[in-house]
Amino acid sequence: MTTKIIFIVAYLILAPFIGGLLDGIDRKISARMQGRKGPSVFQPFFDVAKLFNKEVLLVNKAQAFLVLSYLGFIMFTGALLYSGADLLLCFFTLTTAALFLVLASCSTSSPFSSIGSQRELLQMMAYEPMVILTAIGFYYATGSFKASNIVAGNMSAIVYLPGIFVGFVFILTIKMRKSPFDLSASHHPHQEIVKGITTELSGGLLAITDIAEWYENVFLLSIVGMFLINTSVVSIVAAVAVVIVVYFLEILIDNTSARMRWDKVLKLAWSVTIIAGGINLVVLQVLKSLI
Amino acid sequence: MANVKRSPWLLHYDGSSCNGCDIEVLACTTPVYDVERFGVVNTGDPFHADIFLITGGINSQNKEVVEQIYSQMPSPKVVVAVGTCACTGGVFKECYNILGGVDTVIPVDIYVPGCAARPESIIDGVVKAVALFQEKADAMDSKK
Ligand code: SF4
Repeated sequence: MTTKIIFIVAYLILAPFIGGLLDGIDRKISARMQGRKGPSVFQPFFDVAKLFNKEVLLVNKAQAFLVLSYLGFIMFTGALLYSGADLLLCFFTLTTAALFLVLASCSTSSPFSSIGSQRELLQMMAYEPMVILTAIGFYYATGSFKASNIVAGNMSAIVYLPGIFVGFVFILTIKMRKSPFDLSASHHPHQEIVKGITTELSGGLLAITDIAEWYENVFLLSIVGMFLINTSVVSIVAAVAVVIVVYFLEILIDNTSARMRWDKVLKLAWSVTIIAGGINLVVLQVLKSLI
Repeated sequence: MANVKRSPWLLHYDGSSCNGCDIEVLACTTPVYDVERFGVVNTGDPFHADIFLITGGINSQNKEVVEQIYSQMPSPKVVVAVGTCACTGGVFKECYNILGGVDTVIPVDIYVPGCAARPESIIDGVVKAVALFQEKADAMDSKK
């Protein structure tokens, strides 16, 4: 029980720092890839600190509540994962959180904001099947949906789930708003006419969405790590290494590709889900029935 | 006092510029000048912007646009007029549709002269704007 609480508290306190630092490293590496010097790796923290010192222009009364709920649910999602809870529950709360952001953005009358929120819904449609398959895959491989049981196996889950792993890393690109799948809003190194889903958020509210995104990224990368972690210590080292490689890969993809149209994103994401995820599950099932 | 000067976000608006100044503004974000090393982000959203960078003079059509963008920016905010046209109306001053420099519609804090203004002087203007941005943020803080 106490270890659970330590894990949850550690996540809630450390995640924004790790997430923010990862974001800063992302911007630095992106700048280097473009032949620029780039900002300091602590730039995301400077940005957030500044945003909290700006005036907040509220477009409507609901906005602040919805954005805060977004942050709250994201924090809750991570806390659930680190308490070793059911993976399906984690993914459902994550979706709920994303919906609050969509609501916050479509509660305003700005056309840019509503286009952003509609595209966010399309993105969710694209990645959600793979997210569910990931949870099912973990169940097939380890016999449990509970995060605490998944990481307590003798064998890393990735041994059974290579396809699911590929699929999950693929949708991670959508989830992290990386090019070519940054339909609803892109990040700083990219130019954008207006800021999609965050168009109507100003000052502190924008800062809160940033922090929520940091929490979310740490949560998602933890799931990537979960594919590796088993009872041995070596697996934890391997998990950290894989997470770093995956994150670098995302930055590389982000900087080498242009934004796609929504229908291509949907087709591609679902194809990968069915091919990588589906075949993996079928093979696993067949092997299980043979043994 | 909060340190806000490490993160100035720019909003670039093209008034009735000949595009000469605009190209120089964009040159600031290229690898040679790279303003992002100062934390500058070129945003397209007035709700996110701290520094309003205008090139070109004001004409009877973009007057309302400039006023609206300015009013949509959350304070503290700083306005920088880039190029002779934005400062005074420049070569277009006598045109029938030109009202004059940017300061005919909104208060301008920093004037960057030049036709076209060079990237070095634009960055210099932005650095001055950033200092003013910090000053304004401090003033807002002490009022609270
Ligand atoms: S100042 Fe010169 S270069 Fe700049 S917009 Fe005016 S005419 Fe063009």
